[in-house]
Amino acid sequence: MPHEHDFVPDLSVEIGAIRLQNPIMPASGTFGIELGQVIDLNSLGAFVTKSITAKLREGNPLPRLCETTNGALNSIGIPSKGIDHFLEVIVPAYRGLEPPLIASVSADTIKEFGTSCARLSVDGVAAIEANISCPNLEADGQAFAMSPETAHAAIKEMRRRTELPIWAKLTPNASDVAAVGRAVEEAGADALVVANTILGMAIDAETRRPRLGNIMGGLSGPAIKPIVVRMVYQCARAVRIPIIGCGGIMTVEDAVEYLLAGASAVQIGTATFIRPNAMPDIISGLTEYCRRQRITALRDMVGGVLVEGALVESSR
Amino acid sequence: MQAVLSSGEVRRATDKSFPVADQRCNILANEWVNSRYKRLTLAAGGPALDAAPGQFFHILCTTGGDGVFLRRPMSLFRADRENGLIEFLYHVKGRGTDALAALKSGDAISVLGPLGRGFDLDPSRRRILVVARGVGLATLAPIAVWASRNGCETTAILSARTPADLMDREFAGDSGATIIPVLDSDGSSEPERVRALVRSIVDRARPDAFFTCGSNRLLLLLQDLACTYGIPGQVALEQQMGCGLGMCFCCVRSLFVDGREVHKRVCTDGPVFDLAQATSW
Ligand SMILES: Cc1cc2nc3c(=O)[nH]c(=O)nc-3n(C[C@H](O)[C@H](O)[C@H](O)COP(=O)(O)O)c2cc1C
Ligand code: FES
Repeated sequence: MPHEHDFVPDLSVEIGAIRLQNPIMPASGTFGIELGQVIDLNSLGAFVTKSITAKLREGNPLPRLCETTNGALNSIGIPSKGIDHFLEVIVPAYRGLEPPLIASVSADTIKEFGTSCARLSVDGVAAIEANISCPNLEADGQAFAMSPETAHAAIKEMRRRTELPIWAKLTPNASDVAAVGRAVEEAGADALVVANTILGMAIDAETRRPRLGNIMGGLSGPAIKPIVVRMVYQCARAVRIPIIGCGGIMTVEDAVEYLLAGASAVQIGTATFIRPNAMPDIISGLTEYCRRQRITALRDMVGGVLVEGALVESSR
Repeated sequence: MQAVLSSGEVRRATDKSFPVADQRCNILANEWVNSRYKRLTLAAGGPALDAAPGQFFHILCTTGGDGVFLRRPMSLFRADRENGLIEFLYHVKGRGTDALAALKSGDAISVLGPLGRGFDLDPSRRRILVVARGVGLATLAPIAVWASRNGCETTAILSARTPADLMDREFAGDSGATIIPVLDSDGSSEPERVRALVRSIVDRARPDAFFTCGSNRLLLLLQDLACTYGIPGQVALEQQMGCGLGMCFCCVRSLFVDGREVHKRVCTDGPVFDLAQATSW
């Protein structure tokens, strides 16, 4: 007779039409097939690739990464080998692995977002993550997702050019993220990814120089988590499409926090640099959490934060 | 299920014997070898013990509470399969290595590896010249050990600030390498004097290959001489890293490949590169 706490909880979640075996996936730019040297890639909910651009790009000057209190500041840029390389090398490399492949795309113009999207709509790509938020590419971190209008225009053009689900990755640098979320939902996005890095800067007190070659960069890691959890909570109350939370998740408790705030799934970025096993560890941690909390299906707790003693209704 | 790794190696995704592991290692010793360098000895198992000369480990240099967040890459100094040990020689400089230096035997740290492409060691070589400076010496020491086991003679020019900084005994171990110290304190480490020294070594008994690590000036000098004499060489490059696994592209360096300058990831495409391809930094 199996013990009650031995039951196998259902960790699967749905992001629109895509079913994931569990809500844990990597964040763009912090993952590659190379992680398969350390972990079982088939254990993940999905794969998200480094953002690509239509043309070849070198990326930003060095240094590209520095440590801050409980976080990391990066200005990698998008050192892209272009869409041809992506289609010829990256997509085939994931063939035979079970989790769906999500292609992250970045672009300089709305038109380029559209054409890239069309080209990426191939067998083997399950959805497109629109990185309309990368803070490094445009001057002073200005990006499409900074305003509801430009975000809407970019997603609308992509919607016109592909049948694949579109996940719009928002920037936490926008003054009203929920308003941007509503705008991209209206433009036809299938999910929100909340969020990219927060624009930051660090200076070496001894040399008096910026710590990053690009002067400014994106802050990630535990330092940003409370800010992004708040944004997920606000977006969850503003849109009907699913939300994927991303920012500072290191432990299973962090992931659960995002689910409670209203995320249907989460992405793990910087944590993988610190502990390459972070994703598989969080997945097994979720099973233990469900057993402890007697949750048979993890998706039932999405948006389940208790506010003023009442369960906030789950709209996912 | 087949997973194709970046190395082109194919393995079943369900195969649990991963070539790289993140393991918690007990610190067996963490002692000063001079006023600036420490030697770290860890109990290790699994793939770590298969680490080849030139490969590195990505180390979480902290047990918490000291503000260290990212890992630090460190070249393998010595792997001892029989006794289940791996060793590192590190310069105590900066937040990460300060934190590491504070750890004691009995503490446990998280160690990811082995990582990167090590030296291409051709067993037909009979005589090699190693030129190291500072902590580059730790990276190159395993070559001398390999050479002694393969009937190959090692001559090593070790460059340091002062005799106290030299670490010639740490380098040589029981490899029988011939050590030639050059020092800042007596001016013998001046590039032109090192150039003359390398020339005299080559003229006396021509090495089959050059190896270098730890100094940009020595890299340029050796690159030039390798070209003049037509001797192949390899250089181990250093770069600050994020993931250590080839995923984040923060560790790139410029290299000359087929007449073009291209960015390569030090963690995965290196850290060892063809001497002729390296560019100065
Ligand atoms: C080194 C690095 C590179 C990144 N590159 C990208 C990228 O190419 N595209 C993107 O949408 N986000 C990129 N990001 C942002 C992450 O996907 C993620 O949104 C952010 O790091 C917050 O999550 P975390 O705190 O779990 O890392 C990058 C982050 C880091 C640290
Ligand atoms: S450190 Fe991440 S690619 Fe090299």
